This record gives sequence, C-alpha cells and structure tokens, in this order.
Amino acid sequence: MDINKIKSQFPIFARKINGKPLVYLDSSNSSQKPLSVINRLNDFYKNEFSNIGRSIHSLAVNATNKFDETRVSVKNFINAKFKEEIIFTKNATEAINLISTTFGQQYIKEGDEIIITELEHHSNYVPWHFLRESKKAIIKFAPINEDGDILIDELKKLITSKTKIIAITHLSNVTGTIVPVKEIVEIAHKKKIPVLVDGCQSVPHINVDVSDLDCDFYAFSGHKAYGPTGVGVLYAKKKWLEKLPPFIGGGAMISEVKKDKITYASFPEKYEAGTMPTAEVITFNESIKFIKSIGMNNLIEHEKKITNYALEEFKKINSVKIIGNPKNKAGVIAFTIKGIHPHDIATILDEDGVAIRAGHHCCQIFHEKMNLTATARASIGIYNTKEDIDILCRGIENCIKIFNLK
Amino acid sequence: MDLKQLYQDIILEHGKSPRNKGKCKGYNHEAKGYNPLCGDKVHLYLKLDNNKKIESLSFEGEGCAISLASVSIMTELIKGKFFDEAKAIMNAFLNMIKNNLEIKSNHLDDDEKTKLMSLSGVKQFPMRVKCATLSWHTLISALDQKKDEVNTEEIN
Repeated sequence: MDINKIKSQFPIFARKINGKPLVYLDSSNSSQKPLSVINRLNDFYKNEFSNIGRSIHSLAVNATNKFDETRVSVKNFINAKFKEEIIFTKNATEAINLISTTFGQQYIKEGDEIIITELEHHSNYVPWHFLRESKKAIIKFAPINEDGDILIDELKKLITSKTKIIAITHLSNVTGTIVPVKEIVEIAHKKKIPVLVDGCQSVPHINVDVSDLDCDFYAFSGHKAYGPTGVGVLYAKKKWLEKLPPFIGGGAMISEVKKDKITYASFPEKYEAGTMPTAEVITFNESIKFIKSIGMNNLIEHEKKITNYALEEFKKINSVKIIGNPKNKAGVIAFTIKGIHPHDIATILDEDGVAIRAGHHCCQIFHEKMNLTATARASIGIYNTKEDIDILCRGIENCIKIFNLK
Repeated sequence: MDLKQLYQDIILEHGKSPRNKGKCKGYNHEAKGYNPLCGDKVHLYLKLDNNKKIESLSFEGEGCAISLASVSIMTELIKGKFFDEAKAIMNAFLNMIKNNLEIKSNHLDDDEKTKLMSLSGVKQFPMRVKCATLSWHTLISALDQKKDEVNTEEIN
C-alpha cells in the first residue's frame, strides 16, 4: 500500500502551516477529508441539490435515493441487520443524547442505576448526568487501572438489579484503549441489561461489527471517519426502536397530525425530524467508499505500524511520558513532558506545522483519576507517515530545548 | 509569529519558579479563576489594608508557562499598590494584550513595565491570550469581592 498515494488524495496536505508542511496528528479530534468527499459535497450542491422526502420532482427522488444509499452503506459497513436500524443525527453526541433521553424517559426511574466507565468522553457521561438530575438516577463508574484498561471484574460488581443500562466507549480518545466491548455486552446481556457503545474513535480505525458485538446501541460520527461534519450515526436494535418514544418533534417524523392527536412515522424517520444534513449524509457514502478502497485491514495495519513507531521513538526521549499502556492500543497517544505544560507543547509544535491536541480531551474524569490536568495528544490517521512522527519528535526535542530542560 | 517573543527568558524563568505561591498570611480577599478549555485553575489570595493598599498577594494553582508567568509577574507588580493603582495596571495590561497599546502607567517604574511587556508576545497567539489574562481577571474579581468563579469562556 502506497501511503503517499493515499495522502495525495487529501488536498489539505498541499498547504503549509507557518511555512512548514502540515503534519496532522489530530485525527481523533476530526479527520481530514479526501478530495472524493470534498468533490461529492460540492457536486451535490452544484448539480443535484434538493431536500429529501415529500417532494415528487426528479431532484427530490434522486436525493431521497442517495440518502437511502448512505443508510445502506452504513448498515453494511458496521454489519447491522436492517437499514432501518441506522438513524442519522447531527453528531455522535446527539446520537447518545437520543438514547439517553428516550430510554431515560421510558425506562429510568428514581434510584435506577447507569454504569459508565472512567474512560468516557464527556459526551458519554453528560447525557446520563441529565438523567441523574431529572430522574434521580445513579451513575456508577467502572474503574480503570493505570494502564487505561477497564477493570471488568470491578464493572461486574457494579451491576445490581437496579442497573438499567451500561454505556461504554469502544476506543478511548486519550489512551487508545480498545475496550473488550463484546465481553462486556455478554456480561450485561446475561442480566438483561442493554449496552450503548460510543464508537466515535473505533469506526474509522478498527473493524466494527455490531451484529458480532451484539450491542444494543452504537453511536459514531462521520467527521472522524473522513466524512463531512454534521453527520452522526446511531445504530439501534430494532427491538428497541419499536419501543422507544420519539426524540425531537417536527416534520418528517410524523404519520398523521390532528388537533387532538398525533401519530408518528416508523423508524428511522421517527428519529429524523426536520431537514436533515442532506448533503452531508449523501457525501458520507463517499467516505465509506474511501475507507473501503483502502481496505479496513490495510488501514489498521498501517496505523498500527505508525503507532508502534511513534511509541518506540517516544521512548527514546527521556522526559516524555506516555499516558496509559493498554493491552490493546490503537493510534491515540496521550503524553506529557516533565516541566512543560501541554498547551506550551502544542503552541511550539504548531510553529513546526505539527497539529496535536492539548487539554483534557473532554475526559476530565480520566485526567482526574490519573492526577493530571491536561495532556498532549498525538492521534494517527491513514495519511500519517513515519516522517510525520520524526517531525513530531524533533518538535518535542525543540520544546525541551526552549524550556532548557536538558 | 515568533516563539522567541512568546517564550522569553523572563517568562520561562517565572513559569519555572513562580513567585508568591501559596496562601498569604491574613488574606481578606480571594477569588478563583478557571479556564475550561484546558482545565487550568488559579486561586488568588489578597490582603487589603485599611488604606486600600494591597499588602500581600499570592496564588495557588497550576498552568502553562504563560499563565504561571503572568500570575507570578502580576503578584510581584501589584503587591504594595493601592486598589485604584492595581486596577489601572490591570487595564494597562489588558489593553496591551487586546488592543496592542503600549504600557503607559504612572504606577509602574521602567523595570516593572519591561516585566509586564514580556507578556506582550502572547498577542500573536490568539489561542493563548486567555492563559495570560486569566489571573488578571481573577484579580479584579478578588478586589471587587465577586462570589462567582472567573471563567475564561465567559469574559468579554
């Protein structure tokens, strides 16, 4: 596989940042977009634009069909059983909120328990916190160890007869931990507890098969998977969608509207009220095609190679500490440099055209657990090369030099 | 943009060994500041005497080199000043950072002005302005005895 050829499909790498070639190591935050995706969005607006749904005209029929094609592509990509189980939202956060709200409304009562983990992104904690406030539910945190692995036995102990749902990440956006979701789903299902999986980081970087995982809900976003912003996906098992109430009310999600009574459309439309990010959803199909053109296994292999190289190179720099050492790690590397705050690292690296992230990465629970306020994070995408890592490491050495730590 | 302007020796030195850290004795004013973007926190302690003179000023907290240097330099410069002088210095500082204005305060000698101006490099790094201004906004809050924590995302 020729990475330079793949990289050349991303127009952004033609530009310079502060006079230097862009080294983009912030794909966990959001990925860059290949030309095919950018062109598709442009082309749809130029030649095909129409809203989807009700209109009879040719453009509307085409847009409706294309929208549906993305739904089928997503279904196949994550191996769902039915295309109706794929619901589009504006982002993964909204997808999780959709479930926390509707599931909460239907099934959560005062004193009921929700289990999440210390690895969660705020988007898989805050929505459940709303239920803690509105329904007086209890949130329990499955602990992690120093390596950033979830302690499954401890999670098991948290389960009681009051546990109503377990919400876990598939891949940590700080430590890169690949969570044994299937094992957790098995444990939960033995007690008839549904599981929601936050798949934001996993879908673009590891194989995801929701039928094999057997999870009840799976949420992810398009923009981290080489797609446009404005597209989130919620996979939900049919049996839940049949039972859960609607989320946002408005046009397109209704069946019949009377002064005294409203009936709702069937899913997925029931959960897609109002005008959707039509162009973006249609464009997202191109992102899936892009990933498929590389092949998920090739992509995984490449990112593993770059990640391992980065980990080796980091070890050569004494003052760098990598945060977490999970059993199964993807291309997300959080690190600290003794004596330099992550924000200073990010500013100095940016001068070299290196884009990383610094902060708590929306994981304050994790950082608190590790006694950290902030970390620097380099995250790998399909376009990253060993040269990128070399430039990163030279930049880190420059930080150490500026701060006179040697 | 110039990294050398941002990370001047004086900034790095104050960042590494910030002055006036801890709770000062007999403080009668305090305020907290928070930057939700990075999670950095600052807690200021201030002792104002009967003549409205700032007898002592100290801080607790963690942060980047810029925010630590800023709070460290601030405590040095503000200590010993009167309430109104402190506010004038703060305005001069914010004007330097936000409006690119030269420091023209009668309340600071040349050495003090040079110290304060060492923080002016931050102007070129918009994402870092809040690191430099957090402690100063917190100082206002302490002087005015406001109850709420200063939040960098809620400052105009």
